[in-house]
Amino acid sequence: MAEILRVENLSRDFQLGQGHVRALDDVSLSLEQGRILGVVGESGSGKSTLAKLVMALDRPTAGRVVIDGQDLFALPPRALRQARRHFQMVFQDPYGSLDPRHAVGRIVAEPLHLDPAAPKGAARRDLVAGLLEDVGLAAADADRFPHEFSGGQRQRIAIARALITKPRLLVADEATSALDLTVQKQILELILRLRDEHGISVLFITHNIGVVDEICDEVAVMQDGRLVETGPARQVLDHPRQDYTRRLLAAEPMLNVIGRRNRAPV
Amino acid sequence: MRRLPVSLVIGGAITALLLGAALLSRVWTPADPTAMNVLNRLKGPGEAGLLGADQIGRDVFSIVMAGAWTSLGVALTATILGGAVGTLLGVTAAARGGTVERVLMAANGVLFSFPPILSAILLGALMGPGALTSITAIGVFMVPVFARISRAAAMQIWARDFVQAARMAGKGQALITVQHVIPNIQAQIIVQLAIQTGLGILSEAGLSFLGMGVAPPTPSWGRMLADAQTYISGAPHLVLAPGLAIAIAVLGLNLLGDGLRDLTDPRRRQAS
Repeated sequence: MAEILRVENLSRDFQLGQGHVRALDDVSLSLEQGRILGVVGESGSGKSTLAKLVMALDRPTAGRVVIDGQDLFALPPRALRQARRHFQMVFQDPYGSLDPRHAVGRIVAEPLHLDPAAPKGAARRDLVAGLLEDVGLAAADADRFPHEFSGGQRQRIAIARALITKPRLLVADEATSALDLTVQKQILELILRLRDEHGISVLFITHNIGVVDEICDEVAVMQDGRLVETGPARQVLDHPRQDYTRRLLAAEPMLNVIGRRNRAPV
Repeated sequence: MRRLPVSLVIGGAITALLLGAALLSRVWTPADPTAMNVLNRLKGPGEAGLLGADQIGRDVFSIVMAGAWTSLGVALTATILGGAVGTLLGVTAAARGGTVERVLMAANGVLFSFPPILSAILLGALMGPGALTSITAIGVFMVPVFARISRAAAMQIWARDFVQAARMAGKGQALITVQHVIPNIQAQIIVQLAIQTGLGILSEAGLSFLGMGVAPPTPSWGRMLADAQTYISGAPHLVLAPGLAIAIAVLGLNLLGDGLRDLTDPRRRQAS
């Protein structure tokens, strides 16, 4: 299997008054094509910092992010821009991630800015319409505005936007956390289907272990900016080797509602 | 259709009336606002024309109408120019951050701390009185107001996820500012434009009162007040007419601004 994402010894410090906080401490992980890697941890464990770095929205204090063989932070700005079409992101809050002033069609087409050869005019409209249908919306929704949609529908719009450049890596940062449970399930099923149909790799960042169990092939558990445990999802969830993972699993209240049923006692 | 805020309706009506009077005065006034008729000298309202006549027998109502054009013209031009420059500074500061932001906002603070009347008198001494002096003095005074408001509003937009999404789409600061930031802060800027135009009318009257405004015989509310000072006990209508005109115009624009703010308040919008 081809490796899509490799994170090597990634660290990120933030200035805080006189001192600094290490939000991410020497994290290394790897993701192969068509796999879904769940990154779990509590608030403040460094998950979102990791997502931002993988998306090159921020620069690391140390370490490398290699996507498709390209070291993102070694690329000149122009080349980074060109590389961006291979990785896109879905944000947590579907109310904040869509510009309320833009029509849905314009929102979905926004990443095409990365591709000078992207279709224009009618061809672009067809592309957007096709994607909207692919994520379970209607082609005519392109002319409507975000406020006309529910949270789940907005997240579908955000997913359509992330897919328009046919990326090889999708980062979903708490992409289902703001949604209610049934909608959450629909979005997870959508991501699974898109993975199966398009062979996209997904870095799925969440605090919800039930979600990990539902869709992830592998899981990485984070605590205080460090990776404490990694491995195949089944193995980590059934036989956690770390105390912290055990505590996270025990703290998960909704396993019978979404995700895992019949969990072995820990 | 939801109900419009009361302040918007009243403010909009007053502003429309003001604008209408200003535009109408370009083609028609009851009498020539510069024509003297010594026989009507200091006559009260009703005795000569709707609002009486001034100390050299000019029709007060006509001068007030023509003065609306001067006031609104100077105030609006100054506000739009100052607003454009200030907003540009504000959104640039918000987009760039760091040193650029600190330098811009420090310069802004210096500009803000200058007493506007003092800088207007200084400008008047340099450029001589006239509409251009008024516009420059008032416009410069507007810049920091808009810079602050637009920077604060733009910073809130920069913190939103859709800006991150635009960065993911490879867009730079300038493009994000034009496509995402400005459309999302324009409501706040428009509200401020209305309120600042009201302040501009007040400032224009102040400058004309001090003799720094438009040159005579161009009618102006501020100079009407200055001229009427000596006749205040004998002919109070000479003070009341321009005074009320200024008060009503400023009130109307402030109500319009408040009404627009209510209309575009996101909390109100979500409730509807």
